[in-house]
Amino acid sequence: MLSIKNLHAKVEGRDILKGLDLEVQAGEVHAIMGPNGSGKSTLVHILAGRDGYEVTAGSVSYLGKDLLSMVPEERAHAGVFLAFQYPVEIPGVNNVYLLKAAYNAIRKHRGEEQLDAMDFLAMVKAKMQFMEIDPSFLNRAVNEGFSGGEKKRNEILQMLVLEPKLALLDETDSGLDIDALKVVAKGINRLRSPERAMVMVTHYQRLLDYIEPDLVHVLAGGRILKSGDKNLALELERRGYDWVLAEAAA
Amino acid sequence: MNMTSAALRPYVEGFKTLETAPAGNAPAWLAGLRRDAFARFADRGFPGERHEEWKYTSTRPLEKRAFSLATPAHDSVSARDIAPILVHEMPVHTLVFVNGNPVAALSTASSAIRGLRIFSLNQALEQNAVVLQPYLIPESVWADDAFTALNTAFLKDGVVVDSDAKVQLDRPLQLIFVSTHQTSSLACHPRILVRLANDSQATLIETYLGLEGAANFTNSYTQIVLGENARLEHLRVQRESLGDFHVSRVHVSQQGGSSYLSHTLNLGGLWVRTDLQARLEAPLAEAVFNGLYAVNGRQHVDNHTRVDHLAPATRSNELYRGIIGGHARAVFNGKVVVAKHAVKTDAAQTSNNLLLSRTAEIDTKPELEIYADDVKCSHGATIGQLDEQALFYLRSRGIDLQTARALLVEAFSLKLLERIPASRLRAYAARQIKTALPRQSAVAEWA
Ligand SMILES: Nc1ncnc2c1ncn2[C@@H]1O[C@H](COP(=O)(O)OP(=O)(O)OP(=O)(O)O)[C@@H](O)[C@H]1O
Ligand SMILES: [Mg+2]
Repeated sequence: MLSIKNLHAKVEGRDILKGLDLEVQAGEVHAIMGPNGSGKSTLVHILAGRDGYEVTAGSVSYLGKDLLSMVPEERAHAGVFLAFQYPVEIPGVNNVYLLKAAYNAIRKHRGEEQLDAMDFLAMVKAKMQFMEIDPSFLNRAVNEGFSGGEKKRNEILQMLVLEPKLALLDETDSGLDIDALKVVAKGINRLRSPERAMVMVTHYQRLLDYIEPDLVHVLAGGRILKSGDKNLALELERRGYDWVLAEAAA
Repeated sequence: MNMTSAALRPYVEGFKTLETAPAGNAPAWLAGLRRDAFARFADRGFPGERHEEWKYTSTRPLEKRAFSLATPAHDSVSARDIAPILVHEMPVHTLVFVNGNPVAALSTASSAIRGLRIFSLNQALEQNAVVLQPYLIPESVWADDAFTALNTAFLKDGVVVDSDAKVQLDRPLQLIFVSTHQTSSLACHPRILVRLANDSQATLIETYLGLEGAANFTNSYTQIVLGENARLEHLRVQRESLGDFHVSRVHVSQQGGSSYLSHTLNLGGLWVRTDLQARLEAPLAEAVFNGLYAVNGRQHVDNHTRVDHLAPATRSNELYRGIIGGHARAVFNGKVVVAKHAVKTDAAQTSNNLLLSRTAEIDTKPELEIYADDVKCSHGATIGQLDEQALFYLRSRGIDLQTARALLVEAFSLKLLERIPASRLRAYAARQIKTALPRQSAVAEWA
């Protein structure tokens, strides 16, 4: 589904990604772990199409298409979704408006009819209930004044509504209390399916207790230094990253 | 004198025509008032750029054009032509003027409201000229103002609203001033007087619409007098054509406990200048100034506001927001004066501006003159572009770039709308704003 080959990228003239390779198949859940500043957010931003990154080498193919040549909205239409590490506050645009505009834009792209307003609202409300988000959030401005945990839950709500094929989750577990973590994990698990893939950036094993990854990668120094199964995450939790870096240097 | 005699000539000729025309039922003192006003204008001409209040707005474009006096209304204006500016969110009284002349066929205001009278200025002059006389003398702050002088000199018609105490106007009064295409450009000088006696309330919707191809000059003067605890909500929608010139002065004097709530929307015109002033003359008087200007292309819009806190415990709160694209230029100057004895004054002012292109320009300036102790005064101004992070966030959700930009521009205007408390008035204002903001397909044109 997603094939990243030898990706090199610069930010503000600095090399951040230095030959990153990653293969993700439909139905898989990948966890990406790694030290702060190693380039995890950079990677998912580049995949979602954010400006400000200069790809100097390598390629990314998504469902057989050249992902890097697409603008962000085209990627969303094609089923890419990024849950932001820091969801953006947008005063003056309300949550339900955004959901509806996004949902309809994506349906339109797929050649599907727009959902009737009442049906749409009923669908969103059911998903909000599932995510344990109060219905009053529908009419609040996008992320404005939301607590850290509320923002993360809202990201997952958007994901449930938009039903992407490739979900990129950037530290969706950070800043969540235990109960919220369970709710978020429940949301993510709900979308797990043989047609969908997920790439979760995380620092902690605790998310992986709820969402069992098929593969775990260590991103450091701008590359995937090591990959393994779920046990790698447990080992990282115990031993930190130094040994991976040492192994790679050897 | 700043003006060349060539630039002055059309005004001199216009005034001659006016003076030789039959006076009708106009009172004799009016002729004297006009003559004095014209002499003042002819003596000074339009303000030059060295004039502190006109630093960023040159009157040259106005001087270069010769406007003739407005002729009687064009019959061809229909209800359909003015439909875009009509209020259909709620029932209203309507008075329509075309190029300065009242058009009865399009008007629906009834003058038979208990305790409150709505006249055309001409009717008022015929019926109650003596009471009116002091109100036709311009406010002393504008004694030297060329546009006020012009308005007085060429004063022809307008609107008078006059209430008894404890009256509530049953529905908003909408004034519609329409500028139409003419073979030679016209000037008109509407005069509006609103006097609400103690404990009275009204909503005034003052609107200016330009029809396709109009290139006229509208120079209006609105004077508002609020008695104790009177309340006026005043929405001004200025949506003239891209060839139109617009100047307006609004002067409000307020007694104790009165409140004046102003929403100014500058959504059209080529060259626009608005001066809004409130004098809070007695304790607990309150003025709220809300404004939104949206300009593009080569439009120029200048808003000068001023609040005088002249008594203790008076309040003012001001928010102006600007959306500026293309090569347009906007000016905002907000002055707040707190007199020595006006202790416990509470004054807040904010100006936020969104620049949609590199060539758009804004000059925003707060001016605080505080002579009293124990006051709370704040001001803030921002100038920014569309938030790149918000744009990316929206696009990452599948919303295309143009729609995302339009959405954020509209969102920017919402803060202003939120300050219109009456929901139906707000809905009308929202509809007016929407027509002026860059549409999805056209956002690029603002860049
Ligand atoms: N816009 C930018 N300007 C300058 N430097 C940047 C920018 N964006 C990212 N960087 C730098 O790129 C490096 C990688 O950042 P990135 O956010 O991808 O790290 P991360 O792995 O997600 O870290 P964390 O675990 O702390 O979220 C950091 O050193 C960061 O400072
Ligand atoms: Mg990160």
